[in-house]
This record gives sequence, structure tokens and C-alpha cells, in this order.
Amino acid sequence: MRRRLEWRAAELVKIVDETGTARTLRFRVPGWPGHLAGQHVDVRLTAEDGYSTRRSYSLAAPADGDLVELTVETVPDGEVSPYLNEVMEIGDQVELRGPVGGWFVWRPASESRVLLVAGGSGIVPLMSMIRARRRAGSRVPFSLLYSVRDAERRYYADELAVPEPGLDVTYLYTRQAPPGSSRAVGRIMLDDLAAGGRPAVAEPDCYVCGPTGFVEASADLLLTLGHAPERIRTERFGPTGG
Amino acid sequence: MGIISRGFQGRRRADGDRLPPGQYLVEDFPVLSAGPTPRVPHDRWEFTIDTEAGQTHRWSWQEFMALPSQRPTVDIHCVTEWSKLDTTWEGVSLDVFFEDVETAAEYALVHSYGGYTTNLPLEDLLDGKAWIVHRFDGEDLEPRHGGPARLIVPHLYFWKSAKWVRGIRLLNEDWPGFWETAGYHNYGDPWREQRYEGD
Amino acid sequence: MTTEHLDGNALAGPLGEIFAVDVTTCTGRCASCGLTTPVASLHVYGPEPGLVARCPGCDEVVLRLVRAPGAAWLDLRGTVCLRVNLPD
Repeated sequence: MRRRLEWRAAELVKIVDETGTARTLRFRVPGWPGHLAGQHVDVRLTAEDGYSTRRSYSLAAPADGDLVELTVETVPDGEVSPYLNEVMEIGDQVELRGPVGGWFVWRPASESRVLLVAGGSGIVPLMSMIRARRRAGSRVPFSLLYSVRDAERRYYADELAVPEPGLDVTYLYTRQAPPGSSRAVGRIMLDDLAAGGRPAVAEPDCYVCGPTGFVEASADLLLTLGHAPERIRTERFGPTGG
Repeated sequence: MGIISRGFQGRRRADGDRLPPGQYLVEDFPVLSAGPTPRVPHDRWEFTIDTEAGQTHRWSWQEFMALPSQRPTVDIHCVTEWSKLDTTWEGVSLDVFFEDVETAAEYALVHSYGGYTTNLPLEDLLDGKAWIVHRFDGEDLEPRHGGPARLIVPHLYFWKSAKWVRGIRLLNEDWPGFWETAGYHNYGDPWREQRYEGD
Repeated sequence: MTTEHLDGNALAGPLGEIFAVDVTTCTGRCASCGLTTPVASLHVYGPEPGLVARCPGCDEVVLRLVRAPGAAWLDLRGTVCLRVNLPD
């Protein structure tokens, strides 16, 4: 049985810009026990005067020795995200506690097909699942629906643009769609979840992540389509985090 | 203390004698909650004071609106360390509500729509120290900030200023409320930094 | 009407300071209405001034957690029973 969680030193080793306001941060965390796709960590920052604060972030990539990745969106007037994305430099340290959250996870040994529904930054833990699937060489069909304001806000766009057998990716733009898009701009709807070979009768395991309003709406739509409640796992993010 | 993160400063702590120890100034108005926001239409709203002798005094919304009102300007201090200065409200002093209430009770338990409770000595509600307010910053009090009406007791940490207030029970013995039974201080004086039980 | 709230996944870290098992995979029974659900599906408010987890069925408080310097207060009285999965 594992011990109670404790804070571990984490050193920033790589930065990748995802969008104009979001970065993926890779940390080296000596002694990291590994994690499952979908789990998250708590990050603690301490100032010189002893003041400290913490936030939760989902892990963006599957376990890789002592390396962990987070994707952080800069929240205007936030306390933590501007530090992580605008002040932190390679070599700087924060503290991480985790991994936590054994409920919202996908295990590579699972053979059920998977439906991933992401709202905004809710894509992060779902991307961890997509990457875990790839790493494990799994052939399980994965279907990703990624609701995002516009194309500039997408995380992992280049990676998701590379065709991958058994993974289909659909973007749902809520404010502005690229020219030539067939779907009208707007929030996720029943048709989005029903379209493209994702029938409820196939009984996929559904993972829904994003702001609370998005998760509630999407989960309701999935239930309406006939997905069983026990096949729907949700993770709600706070309105801004920061 | 944890590992220091280079260059992290966190919320700026302002100096000055208007801020109790450990507080920082905010310009926005954070919303903290322990549960879903109740929705109470005016025609269903009432405010009651139940005395220790079993007497109930009741006010409907119309009766509340007809009471003499004030516009207090006060500083408020949340136990989560943020403070707002010179906040403006409109409402009725508890002294007005208590004018015709006969009581020898020492303690009050404030209860709200949605089930929230908080306790304080009765004397901390009287003599110009507390109001039932229905407007903030010149507008009707929004539900997420406690509307249609909330209690404000500015000299104590703001968790004592119960949102969605429904009534006050007068008691001969102290009865700790929602946060007071979960580790927060029973009294909550920001100037003595009484945040948690045992402070 | 939906109110902004998180879910029991948000309890994983804070309860991980107290329990050696991942509580979000456990199931709990609400003391008010008897609904048994995974801790991960509780409706969670907070984390300030404390974590308040409510039953997704009846909205009554199932669990509360307040973290202060040097101490945590955990109130489980809204839970009849917590089933914790353990290895044999």
C-alpha cells in the first residue's frame, strides 16, 4: 500500500509553447512513483517570506521515469499560472504532490473503446490518455471531441494533426471556426456526440473533462444518447484555476 | 517551509493600519461557497428571530423593505486572507429588528436558506455592529454574493456574515455553526487573527 | 440549475495527506438519503474556506475538510459508510 502523499521537489527542464497563452512544462521529479493517464498533481509555490499557495494541474503525458508534464493556461490576474508561464525558467523549482485521482484514469490494458470529450483545458488529462494509448501500442478505438473557442486555442494541434490509426479527432469550435468548416460554430450538441461512428450501443468508456458547465452539459447529452451512467467518468475543472 | 520558487511573490500584502494581520487587498469580490446558490424569490422570503422563550418575530420582504434603512460603508475581511475596504451596502440594522424582541439570551445562531449556519454572541449583532443588507455597491445583491439578503457583521471574519440569511435563533448556550464545527475559530476576530480553532 | 462546483477528484490531493489510499476510488453512502456513489462523483465546493463534498442525489453535506497550518479537520458525519478498496 502506498504511503501518504508528500511534496516533492520538481525542477523545470523543458518548456513548449502550446498557444499564445498556454505552455507545456516538463519537470524532473526525483523519486517520482509513476502515474496513470488521467491523474493530476498538486503544485505548491512558496515565496521567500514563507507565503505559499497551491493549485491542481492534470498530467499531460503518461509516466516517463522521473519526468512529468503539465500544460498550464495563463489566467489573467491569476496568482500561479502567470508565474509558471511567464516567470519560471529552466532550472527553477516548484513542489509537486501526487499522483492523485485514481478514478478518472485510463489503463492501457483496457479493451473497451473510448470516447473522450474535452472542453478547453479539459483536453490535458485526455491527451495523457491518447499518449498512453500510443506508447502502449494499443489498438483500442479512441474518439476525441475537443470543444475549443477557436483554432488558436488548441493545445497539441500539431501532434493531433498527425493521423493515427484508431484515433479520430473532431474539433468543436464555439466562437470562430476555420474557413471551410462544415460544422457551425457553437457549443457541444447531441449531434456532435452521436456523429461519426460513436454509437452508445458500442458501449464506449466515456471521459468528459473541462469546466463544470461543459461537463454537466456533455454528460447530460451522453445520458440522453443512451450511454450508461457507469460508463461516464467526469472531471470538473474550476472556472479559472489560476 | 517548502522549497522556495525563485521569483514567486504571490499576492501582494499591503501594509497599512486598515488591514488586519495577514490580509491582502483585493479589487474584485471573490465568491466562496459551501454549496449550491439558493434561489429565494421575494414572495417566499422571510426573516425570523426566534427567542429562547419560543417567541417568533417574522418579517416578509415587504415588511423588511418598509423598515428604516441605512447605507453602511465598511471594510470586510475574509479568513482566506483577502480584504476589501470601503464596501457599500444598503439594509436594516439589527438594532431595528431587535427593538421589540424580548430576550435575555447571550448567543445567536444565524441560519440561511441552503442550510448554512454561523454563531456569535448576541451583543456582536447589536449597537450598530450588524445589518441585514439587500444591496451592494449600488445594485441589488446578487445571489452569488448572498442575495436577496445577507447578514453583514464587518468586525468579524466574513464567514460570520451569512449569505442568504433566513433567521436568527437566540440561545442560552453557544451553538457552533457550519465552519465553527469544522476547525474555524468560534469567534473570529480578524484583529487578533482568530482564524482557526485554537488560535 | 447548475451551480459551479467541482467533483470528488478534487479531494484526491487533500485527502491524500490524511489517508494512505486513494479515496476517490472509494464509494460512500450518504447519511441523509442513502445514495451510494463513488467519492469521485460527489459535488465539491471550495477549496476555500474548506472542501465541502455534497451528495449528488440530495445535495446534503457528506464530507468536510479544512486545512490549517499544522492541522486538518475532517468531518465524515454525512457519510454512513465508506468502502475502501484494498489489496487482499
